[in-house]
Amino acid sequence: MTAAILSHQKFGNDAPAPTAAAAAPAVVDLPPPVRRHTPLVERYGADIAEFFRQLIPVVFGLVLFIAMWGIVSQSSTLPGPLKTWHSAVQVFGDPFYRKGPNDQGIGWNVLMSLGRVGIGFGMAALIGIPLGFMIGRFRFLSGMTSPIISLLRPVSPLAWLPIGLLVFKAANPAAIWVIFISSIWPMIINTAAGVREVPQDYLNVAKVLNLSEWKVFTRILFPAVLPFMLTGIRLAIGVAWLVIVAAEMLTGGVGIGFWVWDEWNNLNVEHIIIAIFTVGIVGLLLEQALMLLARRFEYR
Amino acid sequence: MEKFVSVEQANMSFKTKTGSFIALKDVNVSIREGEFVTLIGHSGCGKSTLLNMVAGLLQPTSGVLLCAGREIAGPGPDRGVVFQNHSLLPWLTCAENVHLAVERVFGATETRAQLKARTLKALELVQLAHAADKRPHEISGGMKQRVGIARALSMEPKVLLLDEPFGALDALTRAHLQDELLKIVAKTGSTVLMVTHDVDEAVLLSDRIVMMTNGPAATVGDVVEVNLPRPRERLALVKDNRYHEIRGRVLEFLYQKQLRPAA
Repeated sequence: MTAAILSHQKFGNDAPAPTAAAAAPAVVDLPPPVRRHTPLVERYGADIAEFFRQLIPVVFGLVLFIAMWGIVSQSSTLPGPLKTWHSAVQVFGDPFYRKGPNDQGIGWNVLMSLGRVGIGFGMAALIGIPLGFMIGRFRFLSGMTSPIISLLRPVSPLAWLPIGLLVFKAANPAAIWVIFISSIWPMIINTAAGVREVPQDYLNVAKVLNLSEWKVFTRILFPAVLPFMLTGIRLAIGVAWLVIVAAEMLTGGVGIGFWVWDEWNNLNVEHIIIAIFTVGIVGLLLEQALMLLARRFEYR
Repeated sequence: MEKFVSVEQANMSFKTKTGSFIALKDVNVSIREGEFVTLIGHSGCGKSTLLNMVAGLLQPTSGVLLCAGREIAGPGPDRGVVFQNHSLLPWLTCAENVHLAVERVFGATETRAQLKARTLKALELVQLAHAADKRPHEISGGMKQRVGIARALSMEPKVLLLDEPFGALDALTRAHLQDELLKIVAKTGSTVLMVTHDVDEAVLLSDRIVMMTNGPAATVGDVVEVNLPRPRERLALVKDNRYHEIRGRVLEFLYQKQLRPAA
């Protein structure tokens, strides 16, 4: 009795204590707070479960896809998954062999295609991005170019191939030209849209601080437009990689597109399927790399 | 120095699809050096338009605006502006945001070290030296607004223009920043023109309150002198009869003479 009174008085001097004491009975049905020292497996258990929850549908989808491929291949001349796999092991076993101009390893073919895309795409970026900036900044220029861009943008890039062959008189530059023309539109359009979307607040800051044109460009316009620009670049590289296969089928030489056509002439369908997967995977990697880059420049 | 900033017979109209819209008509305002003047009025009365004219972002249709004896032809570093939505550049740190202004004004005459010291001093003035290397999205709304004030003050402007600087903040943060602003202005002796729709804020901070009539064709309706002694103390003012009298006059103007039908 005395102890109870004493302790009560003691709590009376110490503000947080009585609340804790009063709350104690209500806490009884909560789980005991031992979580702090649980082993790693238990602590990350939720993460692991979540990982598998995401992985299972992916695996299921792939298995179903391969199964359907197998079934279709049973009743047609299409090579089945297993046959293709054996062929792939062979093809990727020696990716960098060279047996003459028309017979080279898949590594060379992919690298040559990537090289063409790189050059065509790079030139498109060098011209398209500054042009996009100017079109976005000056209404007159926008009015001048927008009908031409709207007219030419929907044209299939391959329609430009004959023009390239005519002007450059060689297959390789013509293929690069097709890549250039197909990847320049998204870069111009997205960059210009980005410049138009720069918040008026930022431009007011530029005005109020009386910044020079150069500072306005480096500190406000460029960083504000960068995310839009990267979207344009991502779309452009997607289109470029899409188009290169078709362009190379028509122009020949060494490249993944030509390889597909060559193997069709050899009736080596396994290799065509391998090429399809290779093109898909390289495209996916390009896209992912640019996504990663874009994420670095998100400011919020 | 009488009339450090003056707006004389200024008119402002905007072209719209249905013809020209007269926003401001025959506005006359003058500010003495070191004076704190607030513009108050219902929303849409053109008080921000008037501030933007003094900032040089807008040109009056007719009339003259002067700052330190020179006509205002455009924005300039002699007038530091703080916007309602802080307008910090998200890809620069707080220090870099302030540095952008410092560099512009003093870059030609001072060394790198001096510029850096100025940047830091401005951040210290608003008690944000510790957040110098943070990006705007990493700090609170009130802190962002303080960086905005630091940016404006770092240019050592002749006039500080505040466009509802605390309008987007919660009431407690707003009160805190008002107190800070009182201290900063007392320390720097800045000439200030501020737009607000908060009566208490206007009375607490200003030497004079310019009350605007409703638009269109808004103009200065009345001017109240706030002759409360400085330094002012928020809590002490509540018990001061003069405070209530001035507050009453502003409220009367806003809610009796210029009452707007509920929008």
